[in-house]
Amino acid sequence: MDSALIPEGAKRCSFPKFAIGIAIVGAVLLWGVYAMFLCWFKGLNQTNMNDYYGFALWIWADLAVIAVGGGAFFTGLLKYIFKVDELKNIINFAVIIGFICYSSALLILAIDIGQPLRGWFIFWHANVHSMLTEVAFCLSCYFAVLTIEFIPNILENRQVNRVPFFHHLAHNMHGVMAIFAATGAFLSFFHQGSLGGVAGVMFGRPFAVREGLLIWPWTFFLFTWSAAAFGPCFTLLVAKITETITGKKLVKDNVVHLLAKISGWMITTYIIAKIIDTIYWATVTIPSLGFKLSHFYTNNSFYGYWILITEVVLCGVVPGALLIIKSTRENPTLRLIAIVLGVIGVCLNRWVMVLQIMAVPVMSFDTWALYIPSWQEIATTILPVAYGIILIAITYRYLPVFPQEQELNSIEPATEAE
Amino acid sequence: MKQENNKAHKFGMVIDLDKCTGCGSCMVSCMSENNVPFKEDESNKKDSITWMRVYKITNGKSFPDTEIVYLPRPCQHCGGKGDHGHSPCVSVCPATATDYGYDTGIVSQIYTRCFGCRYCMGACPYHARYFNWWDPKWPEGMENYLSPNVSPRMRGVVEKCSFCYHRYQAARDKAYVDGRDDIEEQEYQTACTTACPAGAIVFGDLNNPAHAVHQIVKPDPHPDPRNKHIVGKSRNPNVFRLLERLGTNPKVYYLSEREWVRKAGDNYLEGEWDEIKNHHGSSSHD
Repeated sequence: MDSALIPEGAKRCSFPKFAIGIAIVGAVLLWGVYAMFLCWFKGLNQTNMNDYYGFALWIWADLAVIAVGGGAFFTGLLKYIFKVDELKNIINFAVIIGFICYSSALLILAIDIGQPLRGWFIFWHANVHSMLTEVAFCLSCYFAVLTIEFIPNILENRQVNRVPFFHHLAHNMHGVMAIFAATGAFLSFFHQGSLGGVAGVMFGRPFAVREGLLIWPWTFFLFTWSAAAFGPCFTLLVAKITETITGKKLVKDNVVHLLAKISGWMITTYIIAKIIDTIYWATVTIPSLGFKLSHFYTNNSFYGYWILITEVVLCGVVPGALLIIKSTRENPTLRLIAIVLGVIGVCLNRWVMVLQIMAVPVMSFDTWALYIPSWQEIATTILPVAYGIILIAITYRYLPVFPQEQELNSIEPATEAE
Repeated sequence: MKQENNKAHKFGMVIDLDKCTGCGSCMVSCMSENNVPFKEDESNKKDSITWMRVYKITNGKSFPDTEIVYLPRPCQHCGGKGDHGHSPCVSVCPATATDYGYDTGIVSQIYTRCFGCRYCMGACPYHARYFNWWDPKWPEGMENYLSPNVSPRMRGVVEKCSFCYHRYQAARDKAYVDGRDDIEEQEYQTACTTACPAGAIVFGDLNNPAHAVHQIVKPDPHPDPRNKHIVGKSRNPNVFRLLERLGTNPKVYYLSEREWVRKAGDNYLEGEWDEIKNHHGSSSHD
C-alpha cells in the first residue's frame, strides 16, 4: 500500500509486517514517553537521583549517544574535507545515526533538567566559564547542521524528488555539503571536547580533575578523540544490525574495511593517549591531592580495578589491535567483536566519567554512594533507542539511504516493490 | 541617595569542634530561618535538604580509645583556586545562576535563574548543594511561620546555605538609615551562629582584624608556598579547612586541639601528615 513511496527498484517487506514491527517498538517508545511525562509533570522525584547523584543514568546516556553519534561528524569530515570518496556509500547512514543520537541527547537534556521551561536560560544567561554552556551552544548548532545534512536524503524520497524544486534543492545542497561538514566537524570538536571538559574542570573532584592545555583539561581532547575513534564503530555496528534484520548486504566490504581501518588507528592512538593520561593522573595529579589510586577502586561493592581494565584494555587496546591488523579486520566475526567492544568501551568511559565520579567519596569521613536508577529513568533512557529504531526503519524503507543496495542485491530496476 | 559600601568584606566562619556537642540546633535554626522545606520521612539523607549538616566522625579506634567529633558543614563559600572567585560551583554553572560576591565573599544562588542542571552539585566536593526534588510543602498552618525575608524555592532548582545573606542586607539597611558606612560585627550574624548553645560557631569578616573570626583564624594573606592555589591558610596551628589541598579555598574554618580531628579534614598519603601538620602557611617558611 505504500509502494509508491519506496525507492525505485528496492525490495522491502510488506506494509503489514513493517507496521507490526513499528507497533512493537512503538509500544516501548510509548512506555518511555509515559515515563517522560511523569518526570515533566511530577518532577525529578520520579527518579532515584539524589543529592550525591545529581548526574546519573541520563547524563551517561547523553554522553554515550553523543560519543557514538560521533561517527557522523568524523565520517563527514573524511568524506567531504579529506575526500575519502568511498565513504559516500555510508555517509547517509552515518548522518541519520548522528541525527538520532543528537536529537536523543537534546531530548534527554530536556527531561533531565529540573525546570525544563527555563532550558533557554543556558543561552540567555550564558556563563562563558562553564563547559556546559559550550556544550549547549555547540550541541544545538551541530544538531542544526545534522538536520541540514539529513534534508537532502529526505528530499530524495521517490515522491518528494518528483517535485522539481525539491529535486534541485537536494542536488544543490549536496553541492555545498562540504561547508556544512566542515562546520559540523568544527562544532563537534568543541562540544565533544567540552563534554569531556565538564568532568575535567571539576577541581573539587579528584577522580575527574585533569590538568590540561590553557583552559581545556586533557579530558577535553580525549573525549573528542574517542568520539571520532569509536563513533565509526557504532555506524558499522548499526549498519551490520540493519543488514542482519533486512537480510541484505547494504554496504560493500571495501567501504566497511576502510572505515574499520580508520577507526582502528584512531582507537589505537586514542588509547595510547588515554593510558598516558591515566598514568599521569594516577602518579602525579591525585597524589598531590592526597589520594592513592586504590582509593577510587576499593572499599565499595561495585567499582573495582575491573572497570579500568575493561575500559582501557579489553574495550580499547583489543578492538584497536583487531581493527588495525588487516587479517583480523577483514575477518567478519573478529571485526564484529572489535566494533562491539569498541562501542562498549566508549560507553563505559562515559559511565566512569559520570557515575563513578559521583560515587567516589572526597571528604575523608564521607562514604561511597551507589545508586540504582528508577524504572522511569530506565524507560526514558530506552526511549531514544526505540525512537532510533523507528527512524532507521522508516528512513531505510522510504529513502535511498544505501547507494550500493541495488548493486549488491541485484534487484531488477523495473520491479515495483510490494 | 546612593548606598555605598566600598570596603570588600570576606565573611567567614570558624567552628570549634571541641565545643560542638552535635545537638543539631544549628541545623534546626538554619531550616527555620531560611524556609527550608522538609519531607514527611527524612530518613533518606541523600535527598533531604540540610543547608547545615552535622557529620559524626570517629577516630576509628575501639573502646576505650574511641573518640567522636561532630562536624557542622554549611556551604564552604569557596573562593576557588587562588581565591579569585571561581568556586567549584560558580565556575561551572551554565546559566550564571550561582554567583560569587566579590564584596562579601559569599557564594549566592539565584533561584529564579537556576534551571536545575545540577552541575554545581556534581562539582561540590562538600555535598553542600541540594536539589528540590519535590514541591516545597509545610504542614498546614506552619506556612504562617515562614520568614518573609527569604524566598521559598520551587521544585527543580538547587539551593544551599547563603550565610543568611538576608541578615547582611538587613544590617546594611540599618547602617544606611543610621548614616553609617559599614556594619558592626554583631549586626550580621548567621542563624546557626546565634543558635549554637555552646558558642562553637564564630562568624564575621575575615578581612577585618578587629573581628573575632579573624583573630582566631589569622588567615595568611599570601599564597601557600607549598601550593600556590591555596590562599588564606590559617596561621593558627589548631585551625584547618576541609579539603584544603584541592584549592577550593573555603571560608569556613574548623578549630580543634585534637590532631586526629585536624587530620580528618583532608586526605593524606601515608606519612604525609607528619610532614604537613606543622605547616601553617607562608609564615612557616619565614
